[in-house]
Amino acid sequence: MELLQQIINGISLGSIYALIALGYTMVYGIVRLINFAHGDVYMAGAYIAYLIANRFSEETVWRFPLILLASMGGCSLLGMAIERVAYKPLRNRPRIATLTTAIGVSIFLENLVRVAIGPNFLGFPEIITRTSWEIKGITISNVQVVVPGCTVLLVLVLHYVVHKTKAGKAMRAVSFDRDVAMLMGVNVDNTIRITFAIGSALAAAAGVLVGIAYPRIDPYMGIMAGLKAFVSAVLGGIGIIPGAALGGLMMGVAEVMAVQLFSSSLKDAIAFVVLIVVLLVKPTGLLGKVASEKV
Amino acid sequence: MLEVNDLHVYYGGIHALSGVSFKVEEGEIVTLIGANGAGKSTCLKAISGLIQPRSGCIRLKGQALMGIPAHKIAEAGVIHVPEGRRVFANMTVLENLEMGAFARSDRSGIEKDLREVFRRFPRLEERKYQLAGTLSGGEQQMLAIGRGLMARPKIMLLDEPSMGLSPILVREIFDIIKSINAAGTTVLLVEQNAYMALQTAKRAYVLETGFLTMEGPCDKLLADPKVRSAYLGE
Repeated sequence: MELLQQIINGISLGSIYALIALGYTMVYGIVRLINFAHGDVYMAGAYIAYLIANRFSEETVWRFPLILLASMGGCSLLGMAIERVAYKPLRNRPRIATLTTAIGVSIFLENLVRVAIGPNFLGFPEIITRTSWEIKGITISNVQVVVPGCTVLLVLVLHYVVHKTKAGKAMRAVSFDRDVAMLMGVNVDNTIRITFAIGSALAAAAGVLVGIAYPRIDPYMGIMAGLKAFVSAVLGGIGIIPGAALGGLMMGVAEVMAVQLFSSSLKDAIAFVVLIVVLLVKPTGLLGKVASEKV
Repeated sequence: MLEVNDLHVYYGGIHALSGVSFKVEEGEIVTLIGANGAGKSTCLKAISGLIQPRSGCIRLKGQALMGIPAHKIAEAGVIHVPEGRRVFANMTVLENLEMGAFARSDRSGIEKDLREVFRRFPRLEERKYQLAGTLSGGEQQMLAIGRGLMARPKIMLLDEPSMGLSPILVREIFDIIKSINAAGTTVLLVEQNAYMALQTAKRAYVLETGFLTMEGPCDKLLADPKVRSAYLGE
């Protein structure tokens, strides 16, 4: 029973990692950049939700979906702005230049929020009234239903967009072969912009959900969560969308289990243990294939 | 239809194309032959906008193409089928063909062209839900050409379509090129297989280390002793 309880807790946490990991993997897939500012977009998502929730405290069923959508919209604009200002000018430069810039953007965003809103922990308003049920000794709160539920919904929407829409096909084409995509008439700049917008919106959703599930936010919350989500993306196979979702869930469960079975001081260490094991055993990740070229 | 004038392309310090000029008239098949590294692919990449020439002029029906982004050039009807097929291996055959029609929005026209491509390449219809990466080399080449046709090109730039194919398939590919041309598409063909290219095209240009050294009707070049010794192995 205890085990099942921990798995349920782990799935909630893992859903959040999964949403962040999706953005990492999508951006990597299309521009081969590990966007280290991605965790800070997640932080920004939580702060946008915090600011809106405090303005509109009216209790309605629409409060949560509206805040979620507003935060996702805000962060997709933020993501596109970051791409335009920081990464696009470096598009054809060595990758290390963009990577360094990403770390710079990350530091900038953290300190921007620190100066504008404050360095302290803030309590996240209760935008979903918490209740919980007890079934055969297992406690499940409505939050533990909402968080994975939203994640599943968003992953399904993402799957539809990537596989059924023109923009999604363009994304897959650009990520597979940018030059040939251009030869087919795909506007690569737009496609990259859309990818950043979608990835950032998913990170924002993760930021709102984490605020609901673990109601405490601070300007540096994106660093550790971002790193763990990055490891999740590598675990699933970087650049592979279903891999990121799977990796995120596994990471959440692994973290909760490590705390349960060993010690809560291992909470953050487990991510890096996973990273080291993946890199040693299967560097392409769980769903990754060994790259081979047909000539 | 397509006019290239005094084209200069550099890769860093290397002068890859030195003042290349040629033209392709509407309805023609024109071939550009030459050895490995002569600059044939570079020519096509400059036309389709994948690389930026240092100077010169490229015009499609009088409209200047240079400096326009590659996706706009594709929209204008210049369709480049790249060397090595480069199909989207992670997409199905059908999705690859749909990618070919990416810049179009005339649904019924796309449907019609898709049926036409399947009529021309029945193997592709049999395999339309298969991932393109699982096709054989010849099938991938047909897919690459079919994908190009889905754009309804005004002019098709074909880069080494016969590369790596068996002699029977080579013949088949060149027959396909002729029939595509007969159906109204202008073709600029780049080939190392000079013999087949000269048999297929109407006019030819010979490229040597970035310079055009010869040009003329194909039957004339086929009889030229210099061409025979340098490119036809005599």
